[in-house]
Amino acid sequence: MNLDQVLHTFIAESRELLEQMEDALLAVGQDGAEAVNAIFRAAHTIKGSAGMFGLDAVVEFTHVAESVLDKVRDGAIAVDDELVSLLLACCDHIGALVNAVEAGTLGADPALAAAGSPLVTALQARLDGGAVASVAAPAPAAAPDGAVRQWDIALRFGADVLRNGMDPLSFIRYLAQLGSIEHVALQDDRLPAADGFDPESCYLGFAIGFASDASQAAIEAVFDFVRDDCEIRIAPRAAVQTVVQTVVPTPAQPVAPAAEAAPAKARPGAEARPQQEKRSVRVDADKLDRLIDLVGELIIAGASASVIARRTQIADLLECTSTLSGLVEEVRDSALQLRMVKIGATFNRFQRVVHDVARELGKDIRLEVNGEDAELDKTVVEKIGDPLTHLVRNAMDHGIEPADVRAARGKPAQGTVSLNAYHDSGSIVIEVSDDGGGLKRDRILAKAIERGLVEPGRQMSDKEIFNLIFEPGFSTAEQVTNLSGRGVGMDVVKRNITALRGSVEMSSREGAGTTVTVRLPLTLAIINGFQVGIGKSVFVIPMEMVEECIEFREQPGADWVDLRGKPLPFVRLRERFGIKGPEARRRSIVVVRYGSQHAGLVVDSLLGEFQTVIKPLGKVFAGARFLSGSSILGNGDVALILDMAALLNDVESDSQAMAA
Amino acid sequence: MSIVEEIGAPRQGAAARLAVEGEMTIYRAAELWPALLETVHAAAAPALDLANVAEFDSAGLQLLLAARREAARLGKTLAVTAASPAVAEVFALLGMTIEGDFA
Repeated sequence: MNLDQVLHTFIAESRELLEQMEDALLAVGQDGAEAVNAIFRAAHTIKGSAGMFGLDAVVEFTHVAESVLDKVRDGAIAVDDELVSLLLACCDHIGALVNAVEAGTLGADPALAAAGSPLVTALQARLDGGAVASVAAPAPAAAPDGAVRQWDIALRFGADVLRNGMDPLSFIRYLAQLGSIEHVALQDDRLPAADGFDPESCYLGFAIGFASDASQAAIEAVFDFVRDDCEIRIAPRAAVQTVVQTVVPTPAQPVAPAAEAAPAKARPGAEARPQQEKRSVRVDADKLDRLIDLVGELIIAGASASVIARRTQIADLLECTSTLSGLVEEVRDSALQLRMVKIGATFNRFQRVVHDVARELGKDIRLEVNGEDAELDKTVVEKIGDPLTHLVRNAMDHGIEPADVRAARGKPAQGTVSLNAYHDSGSIVIEVSDDGGGLKRDRILAKAIERGLVEPGRQMSDKEIFNLIFEPGFSTAEQVTNLSGRGVGMDVVKRNITALRGSVEMSSREGAGTTVTVRLPLTLAIINGFQVGIGKSVFVIPMEMVEECIEFREQPGADWVDLRGKPLPFVRLRERFGIKGPEARRRSIVVVRYGSQHAGLVVDSLLGEFQTVIKPLGKVFAGARFLSGSSILGNGDVALILDMAALLNDVESDSQAMAA
Repeated sequence: MSIVEEIGAPRQGAAARLAVEGEMTIYRAAELWPALLETVHAAAAPALDLANVAEFDSAGLQLLLAARREAARLGKTLAVTAASPAVAEVFALLGMTIEGDFA
């Protein structure tokens, strides 16, 4: 543990707290006092922790916000929309300050300080104005657990606390903000004689009598940053008379006896407080990425071992490699699982977006969120934020009608935008829907013709027409607001999603609403791939998309087969990729499904299922359609991973063109 | 940030007063400790002038406590003749007084 790490913990926790603060702010309308308390606590904790690191800019700013929140808690200041917006802006500013701390530029950036000052002025105005209002405002009931209780706190700091850049005194100062310190007894019994004294080690302990209305958890939170380096006992006075002397744990206080018996060394705080044991560990994302890279290499190496084992035909070796590949597969799954995060956190961020945009547009819109528990790879989550934001803004701006139009159509005045997520055959599907006016088919078509995107007179399905919106240079907004029409169009959304090996689709009913369906792979790193051969080339099809394999019988001129009474369009991969050489005598069709589409891929040979580590294609292949990546096979050859979205899209437009 | 040593009047024997200026914190603890120890050892009535201590933290406090203990072991009393606001604040926080604890 060093100062850097502690500071990182501070940064990470502050961000979490800011998120909580934001959520609570947005929920303040429904949750009332509970939310206000949560906001206050978050601000308070950030301020306290910042104080411990001497981040004065953060402390000063947060202090003003906290003062306002305190007044709100007391009922002296009423919560209104404007205050919520102001406080949200404050959240953002604190976030910016925390970012500056991370970048090491705090205090060196005059622009940041300048950005804060109007907020401080606005907050100050609230404080001054609030004093008048407080006369009128009825005094609210005290906090639910408002009774002031007496606590005995015993602290013994570990030897390295000072070296780690923490000052035990600052914890006591911070504690003083939570309540009143009645007495402090400095314990220097561990202080060695002069020749054994290391001036940089910490030998101090404190016994503190403390009176506060804060909960035990809140008091414990004060010591979050030294928990690992420090022995902490916190007990209400009624339970334990003199905590300092609690050598034998009382039944009411389940402390590990070992913690007391051991010499006064730095002990993990968790040991002393088993009930608070945390079940998660913060890990640097880079470490995870490195692990997944290594697992990727392991899979490739394992695959080549298997190939060699098969060549030797030594039974023992074959058995070994098969066990090994089973284990490698498990390692892969759990490594990938480590990077899986729930999409809920991303979704909840949109509460803020919807709140802000609704205000900006002057529309009453709420966000409905479903499927928050669906998990996907962290790297995907990070990249999906921007496209989703655009889709949500778009739905609010263009989708939801103004209140009067809604009333005329007999819809509730409040518009709804909903986010929904679920897993579907190895992909995650995210839907952004609105209950707005829907897309006007004819207008889109007219516009597309006007822009030269389609020839006049061409027959197109609704779906095709709706998807024209994703074409570059297409915008149906009658008026350009400051939300959309800023150059970031739906084509960019589509491009971003395609870059993640995903796809996006639009469906709509005029007058009833629009749904945008985004389909993304769960992970970008490793997939189960189905290998097929064409001539000497090997291609990989993501396993989740493979439905079945059937024998291929050539019917001259037809590019579809009869699959149990249904026509199945197919693609000859040999032709698609221009592979020379004689066709194999027996060919197969791999039936694949992507979203709602089915299609067949004609291949020479079926090689079976293998784990495939996805390597991005080099720049040379940037123009190659139908390929989403490459992979290295066990024998060292390169296999190309097929981009199903592009391939099937092509099949669909081909067959539709035929039909037309 | 310097340590100023003032030798007291010769008739008082080896009375010595050590004035600490600037920080008395973890950053200087290793540097200050030998000076403190020397004062305690050399002087019959060791005294510290903390009037110009700009910053004072747990490490500084520990230095004082360790020096006091060493003085006591030698049968001497360590006195703090003056304390800056930074020092006074820490003493106040811990319910200690200069007069009571370092007279």
